[in-house]
Amino acid sequence: MHTEKEKHTFEPKIIAFVCTWCTYAGADLAGTSRMQYPANVRVLKFPCTGRIDPVFILKAFQQGADGVLVSGCHPGDCHYIAGNFHARRRFAAFRKLLEFVGVDLGRLQFSWVSAAEGGKWVEMVTGLTEQVRGMGPMQEFKELALEEQWSGSIDTPELQEAYDQI
Amino acid sequence: MSRIGVFVCHCGENISRTVDVERVAAEVGKLPGVAFSTDYKYMCSDPGQGLLKKAIREERLSHVVVAACSPRMHEKTFRKAVESAGLNPFLCEMANIREHCSWVHEDRDEATVKAIEIVGMMVERVKKNRVLPTITVPVTKRSLVIGGGIAGIQAALDIADAGHEVVLVEREPSIGGHMAQLSETFPTLDCSQCIMTPKMVDVANHPRIKLYTYAEIEHVEGYIGNFQVTVRRKARSVIEEKCTGCGVCMEKCPVRKIPNTFDRDLGMRPAIYVPFPQAVPNTPVIDRENCTKFKTGKCGVCQKVCGPGAVDYEQEDRLIVEPVGAIVVATGFDLYSIEEKPKGSSIKGYGEFGHGRIPDVIDGMTFERLASASGPTGGKIMRPSDGREPKQIVFIQCVGSRAREKGISYCSKICCMYTAKHTMLYHHKVHDGQAYVFFMDARTPGKSYDEFWRRSIEEEEAVYIRGMVSRLYQKGDKIVVMGSDISVGVQVEIEADMVVLATAVQPRKGADTLAQKLGISYDKYHFYSEAHAKLRPVECATAGIYLAGACQGPKDIPDTVSQASAAAAKVMTLFARDQLEREPIVARVRETGCVGCFYCKKVCPYGAVEEKEIRDRQGNLVKVVAYVNPGVCGGCGTCQATCPSKSVELDGYTDEQIVAMIESL
Repeated sequence: MHTEKEKHTFEPKIIAFVCTWCTYAGADLAGTSRMQYPANVRVLKFPCTGRIDPVFILKAFQQGADGVLVSGCHPGDCHYIAGNFHARRRFAAFRKLLEFVGVDLGRLQFSWVSAAEGGKWVEMVTGLTEQVRGMGPMQEFKELALEEQWSGSIDTPELQEAYDQI
Repeated sequence: MSRIGVFVCHCGENISRTVDVERVAAEVGKLPGVAFSTDYKYMCSDPGQGLLKKAIREERLSHVVVAACSPRMHEKTFRKAVESAGLNPFLCEMANIREHCSWVHEDRDEATVKAIEIVGMMVERVKKNRVLPTITVPVTKRSLVIGGGIAGIQAALDIADAGHEVVLVEREPSIGGHMAQLSETFPTLDCSQCIMTPKMVDVANHPRIKLYTYAEIEHVEGYIGNFQVTVRRKARSVIEEKCTGCGVCMEKCPVRKIPNTFDRDLGMRPAIYVPFPQAVPNTPVIDRENCTKFKTGKCGVCQKVCGPGAVDYEQEDRLIVEPVGAIVVATGFDLYSIEEKPKGSSIKGYGEFGHGRIPDVIDGMTFERLASASGPTGGKIMRPSDGREPKQIVFIQCVGSRAREKGISYCSKICCMYTAKHTMLYHHKVHDGQAYVFFMDARTPGKSYDEFWRRSIEEEEAVYIRGMVSRLYQKGDKIVVMGSDISVGVQVEIEADMVVLATAVQPRKGADTLAQKLGISYDKYHFYSEAHAKLRPVECATAGIYLAGACQGPKDIPDTVSQASAAAAKVMTLFARDQLEREPIVARVRETGCVGCFYCKKVCPYGAVEEKEIRDRQGNLVKVVAYVNPGVCGGCGTCQATCPSKSVELDGYTDEQIVAMIESL
């Protein structure tokens, strides 16, 4: 990441989508317990995992995330009765889709971390950071993002070909 | 252009030890839109908040980011401070650089860089924050109490005495519940009827209590402060307003041999009856299944003898809608049974230990009726089979309870104490009799409880045998009870005249159906679940619904009364205000985009999504769109993630805000 003096050559960027009630509180507990974990993770708070649109995960990868963690309350413990069940079902389907388009599923992790599981949060973040570090930077989406940030030229061969056909 | 103020807290040394707060403030100050940034030792302290308010006024700040501890800790504090400085509280966000940064990292440089990113992320988010109005909903200051046992009675009286109207709904023809069936109550042995019936009369006479007996909850809609409850008043066949309770109809009724369920089938009643003489209201009900008039069309004696002309054979069920603001659920318990009479009947018996087969094997509640002065035997302990006084009596505890193989792992809590009470009542009435108790453990926590239990052994001569009964069979007119005394390791065989089973306390049959109507949760046994086992023991997770008594778990009378009063206090707290305020984190529908697929309605766990018709000026239907009722919406946002046309947005967590955060990284 930004730190050059690190012993690792590659610092992955991990984005965590968590729910307020369980995992965010679990991460807070890791803090109050003064546990240590890699500084690669950035936490985005949602009311519930049910709010997390799969598009956000794509967006994160597109913005240069090398790994994404999604975590909420354990099934049955949802503060909003059933939000995490919807999330679970949604992400089960979404994983298949990602696999189909060729994203290594090792970069995306779903888990349940309760408000009492500070230790599990630390394990999860540490584990994913190390795993993604081993996999190296996620290039695919970065390239896509670059293409999307259009340079201004319209005379790419593909476009030209498309124009010619009109 | 937004003028954002960023305030970085040192938290004493908690943050500044690992995060270079000055550098964070300086770096963040360079971000577009940030007009002011500073750091301070304790932002949450009075001078810290003063600094924040001063900056909002002097720098004309439009948004605020406080980089400090977890929002779970101080978000409310800072939002309040921001509000008092004249800014909408939802234009303030917290960046968590303590729990999520300074406390979990050691490398100062790394932590500082992370803190800058976290704050930057929140700056981008806060730019997209919108002014959110506080949502207020009106409160209907009337309460519904479901169940007219001691829990429901206590809650209803407390709420009504505080000056609010109460609608009390009871399924049976009379209020009173299980407590009205009891003979004497532990640990003081005062008679249950003597302490119960005055309260029942208080309910009937209270000007603010509307009593519906022989009625059930049909349907519940709405939300905290604004429920609409439909009550089904079952056809009583007697007009309550006309009936004087003289009782002539019951005397003249030719059908007399119907087992009285209130007396656990020991006594008989006519087809037109009140369950017990002290019933409230003292209005009879016709048991249509057994009444000759309803079976054959002939008879009609009760109508002929009724002076005020209160008997009405044509009466039908009536549905009444009651608007209420809070609901207290006090539906009580049933006793465990694996062998039941056919439908429509109360619980009959417990198949093991010969219950239901051997007439002199009874359960604890039947013993209560035998021992009750107002019971079918006038308080004389006698065998149901031949009316003889039992000289040897065996009590078996934990029948069903604490038996995982029967699906009941819990302790029924009241049986140890009531069995001790039974041995005493027995000894008081049968001086030359001997009581034996088979028990697993004696669990007697409670004020004066253990003393009471000891008294049953030391003064009332009950013999306690630690161990369970292995076999029980009839031999002549005796019941042979075989078991083991594990404390001395010997087999025990007792020839008893009567056996009393302390059967497990279970939730009411149909507790799950009622829970589904109310939208409250229940555990695997179907006891209703409280919002928090320790800190919110009387509230349901569904706002505006409270629990009292054994519907939440086995409870004795003092615990039930305490919880009922607690539930009443919660209702009064709710009714102390005219308007309810709630966090405006609710979903809103963009009607132009909504295509009316109602996937949101399917996934909404609160049932907050309604269908709304959009019509043109001529009144023609243009389309049907979703509408989220802000009073019901819980704010989970599942609808937004589900909506295919992105037409529903959760305030405070809009796509715009979240994408802004992701893009800042």
